[in-house]
Amino acid sequence: MSELIRVENLRVVACGERGEVEIVKGVSFSLAKGEVLALIGESGSGKTTIALALLGYARRGCRLASGVVQIGEHDMLALSENELQGLRGNRVSYIAQSAAAAFNPAKKLIDQVVEGALIHGLGSRAALEAKAVELFRDLALPDPDRIGQRYPHQVSGGQLQRVMAAMALISDPLLVVLDEPTTALDVTTQIDVLRAFKRVVRERGATAVYVSHDLAVVAQMADQIVVLNGGEIFEQSATAPLLKGPAHEYTRSLLAAARPDTTIRPPCDVAQDTPLLTIQGLTAGYGNKNMHGMPSIRVLEDIDLTVRRGQAIGVIGESGSGKSTLARVVAGLLTPALGGLTFDGQPLGGSLSERTAEQFRRIQMVFQNADTALNPMHSVSTILSRPLKMYFGLKGAALRERIGELLDLVRLPRDMAERRPNELSGGQKQRVNLARALAAKPDLILCDEVTSALDTVVGAAILELLRDLRQELGVSYLFISHDISTVRALCDDIVVMYSGHKIQAGTRQAFAQAPFHPYTDLLIHSVPELRQGWLENCGTTCGELPPIGARANVPELCTFLNRCPVRVDGLCNHTAPSRRVIAGGSEILCHHDTAELLKTQQDLNIMTQGAYA
Amino acid sequence: MNNLIVKSTPATPDLSVGKVSHGPAWLGLIGAAMCVIWLLVAIFGPWLAPHPVGEVVSDNVFDSISAVYPFGTDYLGRDMLSRILVGARFTVGLALVAAVLASGLGTSCALLSVVSPKWLDEVISRLMDAFISIPSKMLALIMVSAFGSSVTLLICTAVLSFTPGAFRIARSMAVNIEALEYVQVARTRGERRLYIACVEILPNMLNPVLTDLGLRFGFIVLLLSGMSFLGLGVQPPDADLGSLVRENIGGLNQGAPAIVIPALAIGTLTIGVNLFIDRLSSRRSRRSGGH
Repeated sequence: MSELIRVENLRVVACGERGEVEIVKGVSFSLAKGEVLALIGESGSGKTTIALALLGYARRGCRLASGVVQIGEHDMLALSENELQGLRGNRVSYIAQSAAAAFNPAKKLIDQVVEGALIHGLGSRAALEAKAVELFRDLALPDPDRIGQRYPHQVSGGQLQRVMAAMALISDPLLVVLDEPTTALDVTTQIDVLRAFKRVVRERGATAVYVSHDLAVVAQMADQIVVLNGGEIFEQSATAPLLKGPAHEYTRSLLAAARPDTTIRPPCDVAQDTPLLTIQGLTAGYGNKNMHGMPSIRVLEDIDLTVRRGQAIGVIGESGSGKSTLARVVAGLLTPALGGLTFDGQPLGGSLSERTAEQFRRIQMVFQNADTALNPMHSVSTILSRPLKMYFGLKGAALRERIGELLDLVRLPRDMAERRPNELSGGQKQRVNLARALAAKPDLILCDEVTSALDTVVGAAILELLRDLRQELGVSYLFISHDISTVRALCDDIVVMYSGHKIQAGTRQAFAQAPFHPYTDLLIHSVPELRQGWLENCGTTCGELPPIGARANVPELCTFLNRCPVRVDGLCNHTAPSRRVIAGGSEILCHHDTAELLKTQQDLNIMTQGAYA
Repeated sequence: MNNLIVKSTPATPDLSVGKVSHGPAWLGLIGAAMCVIWLLVAIFGPWLAPHPVGEVVSDNVFDSISAVYPFGTDYLGRDMLSRILVGARFTVGLALVAAVLASGLGTSCALLSVVSPKWLDEVISRLMDAFISIPSKMLALIMVSAFGSSVTLLICTAVLSFTPGAFRIARSMAVNIEALEYVQVARTRGERRLYIACVEILPNMLNPVLTDLGLRFGFIVLLLSGMSFLGLGVQPPDADLGSLVRENIGGLNQGAPAIVIPALAIGTLTIGVNLFIDRLSSRRSRRSGGH
């Protein structure tokens, strides 16, 4: 096989305030035509910098210091800016993480897809548009002939990502660089996009460099894997041997972090029988209220939930399912339209002004994004001392001692107290964020996607910390996540939400074995598994959905109807589903009973169990 | 595994890549020096002045620079150095007081409207919109013709015309900060509105507010100078820098220092303040990681 891409001893430096810092330290790899190479590592490992160097590009403040980047017959580091412009979007192309930010909202999709190729003079507009439609078809986009006439906001995030792939592939490039193309997508969407990418890459024989932090995704896509950390290559080999027998300790820790089920077990004896938080018939939403006091956009519909003392409840669902809104209602940031909250036997006010200081103390919230959850102008000790002063009136030495204890609790060195948030790493910030919640000695902590913004290894450490804290302090969690494996690793009970409805609730064990609600089934089987060939074999969302007639005008129809693979014409589109208990003890909102669900889910389940064993 | 995590996440990410530079440090120093000089002149000027403000000391009007009269003499033969030393107090003092008041009032109203219920926000915002629609020169002319010219009135006029702008800018920033998660955290902690406004929101918008203050100071100096130039500002025998320019306009065709020097003074004052404040805010933003 001929080498198409050769990177040799690549060094990239960044110009910081204290002189130049090397961020890529002599990286070498090569790639044959038609292969897919994955660059994997956590944030700051230099993977995007290397990917951009393949286009001969360095971000502002960075400089390609030395080395060789050979793409086909082009030496990317020796070319002038003008020559590089001629190659980019033509012989090498780039697919960015956020397709939404990469498209011009004021232009039609088809114009943007062919724009680059037109600039490079690769054909007439008509010919290129025909080619784009062909690509849309290959990428399994719905209605490929006409989707190009739409504007970016008229297609979904996953579709937009695939349109962007079409944009990159239209010039038949030598090399496609995919920079975390599915990270911002829901798992159920990610699987469609991955499948489309894989098919196009295979069929067109494209050579690709795939940048990701997710080993399971990489296992589906790549032939070669390069493991990066701190700008250096730690390990480099073909996918199968790397997954089976990682040579480097760091790779092993990455593999371990990608399988949280085997590393973390929730503590068993912490949960008590007394209810701590009870939510009854909760309906909430945003926008102006109508005559009956109902908001114009309803996000949560008729939610019932009980959190027992010491219990961890996981809430999962895709973006837009209302899970964060649920946390905001419990925290008092959003007043519910209907329904009530009870906290430890006392009614809990809907708005902040109706709550007592004691209730404020006992319910604490930890937000997803530690970058914006910590005030950049305050030092760590100021951040932690505020709740201590406010709730417990601590001062002087007692205050300092308690801050030290809190830092110990979240496993941070005590001398970090004087730092500002921007001097901490992502994982450290999240720990401070958690310490601030713990400072109040709360009974209930609302965790909103606390690990989503973190690297896998750091996220796994935070999960472990949460588990230990629960064991030590007996706090309850309302743990919100889009990632079912994270939730399964930490929580006793799990609630699945879909477009504002609670569609399944059950114990952790019930989520290990069929039957599930059809949506839960889709969700579970969309999580990439750490083995090659999973993408080809998993059965979700491949087949055509059963045809149904028009929807009857009944208000409470199943919300999953449009995507449900087991929907029944005449039943699902005419009658509202009722709550029922299925085998395993879960309560679901569906027309199907245990036997019917098992029929469609059983064979999938055997395979999954094999994978997790 | 824990060891590895510590190792793989650098404790202090110190790469400040692609940061916008606010010009070299010496520019800020020059600005600071100009500010200090003008402040000293404003405070001690009247004692340093070699001659009384209103006294005619020379027979030569529009005299050029000499050892006796370093800045020459004005259209009546008064010592220009004395007049500038005394006049600076009016310009710097008035503009400083007015700018701080306008910026302070605007920022306080902005913080108040962001943390208060929606109806109060509406009332404050619409009121400010009403003020912002009145041209500042017109307002000043009307005020002076209605109430006569006095130092207090000039300050009130300047504050009234520059508060709405400061409010608009501060409010737009405060609204963005209020939506951030650390403010939400403070709210769910049960913090009072005053604490949220002053401790959580204000420090994060101080940089742009300070820059805005510098700009407004410049505008107010120009407004007051303009008023004095029209003869509606500080009244004789006192004179601020603007009145000095107007008084000596007759010397323009002779190139008399009596008109060049007060004009230069206005220039150095406004430029100095802006250089200094720019530098100040870029240093602050570097400390907090920059926005």
